[in-house]
Amino acid sequence: MYEEYAVVMKGIVKRFPGVLANDHVDLFVRKGEIHAVVGENGAGKTTLMNQLYGLLHPDEGDIYIFGNKVIIRGPKDAIKNGIGMVHQHFMLVGNLTVAENVVLGSETTRGGVIFDLREARRKVKELSERYGLHVDVDAKIEDIPVGMQQRVEIIKTLYRGAEILVFDEPTAVLTPQETEELFEVMRRLKAAGKTMIFISHKLNEVMEISDNITVMRLGKVTANLVTRETNPREIARAMVGRDVVLRVEKPPHEPKEVVFEVEDLWVKDNRGLDAVRGVSLKVRAGEIVGIAGVAGNGQSEFVEAITGLRKIERGKVTLLGRDITGLDPRSLRNMRMTHIPEDRHKYGMVLQYPAYYNMILGKHWWEPYSVRGFLNHPAIFEGSKELFEEFDVRPRNVNMLGGNFSGGNQQKIVVAREVSGNPKFTAIAQPTRGLDVGAIEFIHRTILKLRENDVAILLVSMELEEIFSLSDRILVMYEGRIMGEVMPEKTTVEEVGLMMAGKRLEEVRT
Amino acid sequence: MRVLEALLDVFRNPQFYSISLTASTPLIFASLGGVFSEITGVVNIALEGIMLMGAFVSTAFTYYTGDPWIGILMAMVVGMGVAWLHAWASIKWWGDQIVSGTAIILMAQGITGFLMKPVFGQVGQTDLEKFKMVKHITREINPIIKPIKLPIPEKTFLGQAIGTISPLVILAFVSVFIGWFIIYKTTLGLRMRSVGENPEAADTLGVNVYGIRYFGVMMSGVFASIGGAFLSVGDTGIFKELMTGGRGFIALAAMILGNWNPIGAMLASILFGASEAFANQLQSSKLIEVSSSVKPLFNMVPFVVTLIVISGFIGKTRPPSADGVPYKKTD
Repeated sequence: MYEEYAVVMKGIVKRFPGVLANDHVDLFVRKGEIHAVVGENGAGKTTLMNQLYGLLHPDEGDIYIFGNKVIIRGPKDAIKNGIGMVHQHFMLVGNLTVAENVVLGSETTRGGVIFDLREARRKVKELSERYGLHVDVDAKIEDIPVGMQQRVEIIKTLYRGAEILVFDEPTAVLTPQETEELFEVMRRLKAAGKTMIFISHKLNEVMEISDNITVMRLGKVTANLVTRETNPREIARAMVGRDVVLRVEKPPHEPKEVVFEVEDLWVKDNRGLDAVRGVSLKVRAGEIVGIAGVAGNGQSEFVEAITGLRKIERGKVTLLGRDITGLDPRSLRNMRMTHIPEDRHKYGMVLQYPAYYNMILGKHWWEPYSVRGFLNHPAIFEGSKELFEEFDVRPRNVNMLGGNFSGGNQQKIVVAREVSGNPKFTAIAQPTRGLDVGAIEFIHRTILKLRENDVAILLVSMELEEIFSLSDRILVMYEGRIMGEVMPEKTTVEEVGLMMAGKRLEEVRT
Repeated sequence: MRVLEALLDVFRNPQFYSISLTASTPLIFASLGGVFSEITGVVNIALEGIMLMGAFVSTAFTYYTGDPWIGILMAMVVGMGVAWLHAWASIKWWGDQIVSGTAIILMAQGITGFLMKPVFGQVGQTDLEKFKMVKHITREINPIIKPIKLPIPEKTFLGQAIGTISPLVILAFVSVFIGWFIIYKTTLGLRMRSVGENPEAADTLGVNVYGIRYFGVMMSGVFASIGGAFLSVGDTGIFKELMTGGRGFIALAAMILGNWNPIGAMLASILFGASEAFANQLQSSKLIEVSSSVKPLFNMVPFVVTLIVISGFIGKTRPPSADGVPYKKTD
């Protein structure tokens, strides 16, 4: 039965307390294809894959690998059946070398006890050359870039003889260039006869790399599509259950006076090196200025510096005509500056606090949340409940701990807090990182509404798509400098991409 | 000038080097134990308590059997048992490792203090003479492990410094080499390092995280208890209440300074041991008058050296990432 399929999961049911995570899910993956499994966060994709990899066990249903019915008790069984998993959060040991990481757990030995590093290096080199994976076998994991770490994960599965590779949201941590490299590798693996399952919610990537698509929503399969015969709109509809606007419409809006200005800003990173080198920019009321760039080119340090979280070495920052260089976050907030930080767990919210406190963080000293130095709990509850309604945070339970909300709803809490209360200037960093299409649409609409209300907005994002669809002006940052300024309607992705790689606008346009 | 001369005199004296070795040995053993535990991700400040237990148990068994080697062997067994307790609390029950370690130190201090009277018939410290009066042993016993003579001419400087040496000192250096080999050259060692750095990753590759951590912690108990036993049956022949006097913590400092590497920890232990010997020699120097009221100040030297060196080097060392973090398997 099912001889032509590498993986068949039939009638899979998985229940968690109070949730039906997989509801009679069928998944058919042909030999040698790249099969995408798409769906919003919480649709049950990862649960399904964890059952394939033996990390979870189905309550009902059968799994067939290359036509044979199997029971997968744990990762070891999965590996034995030729299944390899490239985890979203890399499972690598930072202080060991690439070769050591690959062989860990199934080491090459001399006499069964002594670790044979030479043999390990040889095998890893051979695998990396055969599939064009380009890794430095002797480098320590902590010293190599994310893209190479991911290739190490792939080699790990190949070393263990994987014929079926599961990629769990592999592009979430990659730059556009690294994503392209990954796709190259996947194509080579496909040519070598490997079967791949690609989990994602990025529709353009699914369209580019996959052969067939299984769409999931709320634990059920809602569509089986052939990539060649479908389009992103159809996939999105199956994912969300309604029509989704993939690119929100940006109405024309005339910006007003300059609200926020930075002149020749210099900032150091944690290692004491110059991260921002003389950036100047202006943001006007009712304008979105987008900063594009590959991660790690000083954007994070720049945002931290202007929001008072990082020391400014040199330069001047002005808000509403007042010099605010070096002011602390509290003073900045009192001047109606808000900040949607890139790392919502680290800077955006307190995961151990209930939602009603997370809703007022950073304005808890204001009336009505605070009266004569004491927190006014009835007002806090009321205010939070209103924001929950307005921003459609689910579940509607302001008493729930911040950490227990899903990623999309956590971000809604952060956004609700930062855009309410009439800000004058908002610094927004990576607002949709890790969110699904439905939540992205909501956040984008919120940002545009802010623009209509004449808030000055600085948007930092690694997602070019996001920068292009929201910004009125685009600045490209490379190694702490601005490479050039372009209008989204008068430029191309290629042009911006070249600037992201370090070419100045003048060089690009000649 | 006289002070300077006294300082130089210390270094010219072969005795300084032999005392340095003696003072380093317990630190070498204990810091090696620390490396074994922490490299698998379990912080083990219980070393101090395990050393004390080792010193006590080895003396007690020597006292009753007449053979200090049996004392050492039993110290290793008990040390492993006490370490198992720490492992059980912090691995199986995800306990706070500092709290568990502290509890073990306090427990060791309590138990050894309490058992002084029933075991040795006196409190405070054991008496060398008393060993010879135990009724069931007819022959005279030597509570100290017999030093061995190395084939170095006795008259030479080297011969006076290390010509006669305890076999335990040699064992310390051999242990360091074996420890280094296990950690860096065997599959077990590779797994130990992976478990201390990223237990989740190791787990997904079928490495037995809990088993490896138990092994690391229990080995640390074995080494630390030999270190403690050296203080009693290896060197002085007596057990004194609280005789470890913070050496377990200095061993931890040596481990950190040695960047969680057995060889590095050994070198750091020698540095701390030498500073102890230095203080020791200086205060008994005939060239300078040291009144007995200032002598305690000299005893601070090893600790001051520890502080200075650690604060100077701390940024350059890197602990295992998962050091001190309990691993919770998700299922």
